[in-house]
Order: sequence, then structure tokens, then C-alpha cells
Amino acid sequence: MLGIALLVFREVLEAALIVTVVAAATRGVPRRGVFVGGGIALGVLGAVIVALCMGFIEGSLGGIGQEVFEAAVLLTAVVMIGWHVTWMSSHGKEMVLHMRSVTDSVKAGSSSIAILLAVVALAVLREGSEIVLFLFGMAAGGAGKLGFLAGVPLGLAGGVAVGLALYFGLLRIPMRYFFSATNWMLVVLASGLASTAAGFLIQANLIPAWGNQLWDTSWLLTNGSIVGQALHVLTGYEARPAGMQLVFWVVTFVTLVVGMRLVSLRMAAQRRRARPVANPDVPSDTAAMTRGA
Amino acid sequence: MRKFVFALALAGAVVCATTASATDAPEFHLLLQDHKFVPASLKVPANTKFKVLVTNRNTMPSEFESTDFNREKIVLPNSTITVFIGPLKPGAYKFFDDFHRTTTGTLIVE
Repeated sequence: MLGIALLVFREVLEAALIVTVVAAATRGVPRRGVFVGGGIALGVLGAVIVALCMGFIEGSLGGIGQEVFEAAVLLTAVVMIGWHVTWMSSHGKEMVLHMRSVTDSVKAGSSSIAILLAVVALAVLREGSEIVLFLFGMAAGGAGKLGFLAGVPLGLAGGVAVGLALYFGLLRIPMRYFFSATNWMLVVLASGLASTAAGFLIQANLIPAWGNQLWDTSWLLTNGSIVGQALHVLTGYEARPAGMQLVFWVVTFVTLVVGMRLVSLRMAAQRRRARPVANPDVPSDTAAMTRGA
Repeated sequence: MRKFVFALALAGAVVCATTASATDAPEFHLLLQDHKFVPASLKVPANTKFKVLVTNRNTMPSEFESTDFNREKIVLPNSTITVFIGPLKPGAYKFFDDFHRTTTGTLIVE
């Protein structure tokens, strides 16, 4: 039972952390719950399908199907997060906060949220497919009913509890820093996912490692520990990273940061052109609204 | 966004162009039998890229995993997976079956 609970916990934890960051980043957006819930439901469905097709995935592409599949899922999530964070910079943070009042932004917001729904679905699909395969195996191996009835809910509850704890912790961030904080978390998360994808491509021998163990911090924190695993999901932490993983991490990080800056500079220039007479002594509507929030 | 996709594609192209050929890596075999790795300790050469073929003879799926050398791959019953590993420095590296954590083994790199 404990074995089942622990495996379910570890996999749920990974997905829950990603879902949590996404949920926090979309705070205040209308119908967010539907999107996050829908993402989870789609992910569970996808997980069952992937588990059923694992034989096919395993055998495809000359035996590297699994790695290519994992890397594709991860890199898709990276691109989607990248899309979202640059979109966030194209709209003022005030605007996102008060999207209900701006019809266009609601539409724009929903389209970006639909992308984050996909990120949630992909995260649940990746980790969920392992749980499903594991449980199929345990059932086939004749694991007791008690093991399932107690182990699965226990692991699930544990993973969700950690996710919720992180979520309510994030909500304590003051509103004026909140979206910068969640945006940075998404950028770091995406960089970590890219680095993990690089790990799978190295494992499949599709790309060179460029130094197999760049450094070794396993004496400090191993990836096998729960904390190490959580940090791995949120930041891409590896105790013994390959050089190529660091390259993927840095390239993703720099690309997203530069992309965000460029977009927000362009939007600022557009706003200046649109409102040439701005009196700095009189607070604008949006500024007043932000302060009120 | 388009720039980002382009950068990724470019990075991919550059990287694939410089990839070493896969055929020159020496092969090693591991069996998963009665929830044990056979052999439990596998000797492999240091500072060389090599591949390990893991065959699962159990009736349930396993996941060949190591946090020491950063690898994870699912092995279905009655099937064999290939995992590229290394080059590693000399030493002992643990691996395990993530689905049955008591099933462990060691790579002896020398």
C-alpha cells in the first residue's frame, strides 16, 4: 500500500506543482476554474490513452519513441508557456487584473488561457500515464484491494495537498508583485521543462550531451528526494546536469525574457502614441484601479 | 513567439548536425527477472558512451531509472528498451525500478 501511495504521490506532486503555478498565473481571469479543471480532465483522459498506447510508443522510431514523445510533450508546453508570458507582457498587469471590464481583453485572455489549459493537460498526461501504467501492472500482479483503495487516494491527496499549500503560499504575494512573480515562475518553469526535454533527447542519443556531468550537487540535494524532485519540476534542478541541458535552460530563459521585454517596450510605445497628452500628476484610471485592488 | 520557435528549430538543426553516430556505442544487457536486476551490478567502461538494453521478463511494467546518471524509461513486460548512458567518470552509480523501488542495481564504471 505504501509503495502505491508513494508512487502516486510523486507523480501527482509533479503535475500538481505545474497546475498550481498555472492556476496562480491566471488568477482573476474569468472562467479560470473551468479551464484548469478541463485541462486536468483532458490530461487524465490523455494519460489513459498514452498508457494504453505505450507499447506502440516504446517500439516506434527504432526504440526511441518514448524519449521523442516525452521531449515533444515538454517542448510543446515550453512553447505554450512562452506564448502566454509574452502575451502577458503585451497587456498591462492592471489590464489582466481588471479584464472583466475590457471586452477585448476577455477574448484575448481566454485564448491565452486556452493555451495554459493545454499546459495543464500535458503535465497531467505525462505524469498520469506513469500512474496508469503502474496501477495496471499492480492490478495484473494481484496487488490487494486494500492497497488500491488506500494507496491511490492517499498518494493523490498528498500530492494535491502540496500543490494547494504552494497555491495559498503564492496568494500571499502582494498584488502589485503578484503577476511579475507568477510570470517569472512560468519562465523558470519553462526553462526547466526545456532542460528536461534535452535530457530525454540525450538519452535517445539524438543530441550530444556536451559534458555529461557538468557539476555534482547530489551531496546537497539529490533528484531522488521529494524536495529535489519538486525543485526539478519548478526550476529544472538537476544534481548532475549535462552541458546541453544547461544550454537548453539558458536559451529558453534568455529567449523568453528578451521576448517579454521587446513586446512590453513595443506596447508601451503604442500606448504613448495613443495618448500623447498624459499628465503625470493626475493618476490614470488604471493606476487608480490598481491601487484600489 | 515566431522568433522563439525559429530559435528552437535552429538550435535543433545545429545540434542534430553535430550528433555522433549511435552505432559505435558498446552494448550491455540487463534483465528484469523476478523483480531483480540481472546482473545486479553491471561493469561498464569509463569515459565512453555506451548503451544498456533492459529486458523486462516480469508480468508488469517497470521503469528503469537512475538519479545518479539521470535516466528514466518505461519497460513494458516482455519487451526490451535501449538507453544511451555516459560518458561517465569511474565510480558506482545506482539505478532502480521506479515502479518497484526495492528493485535496485549498480553500474560499476571503471
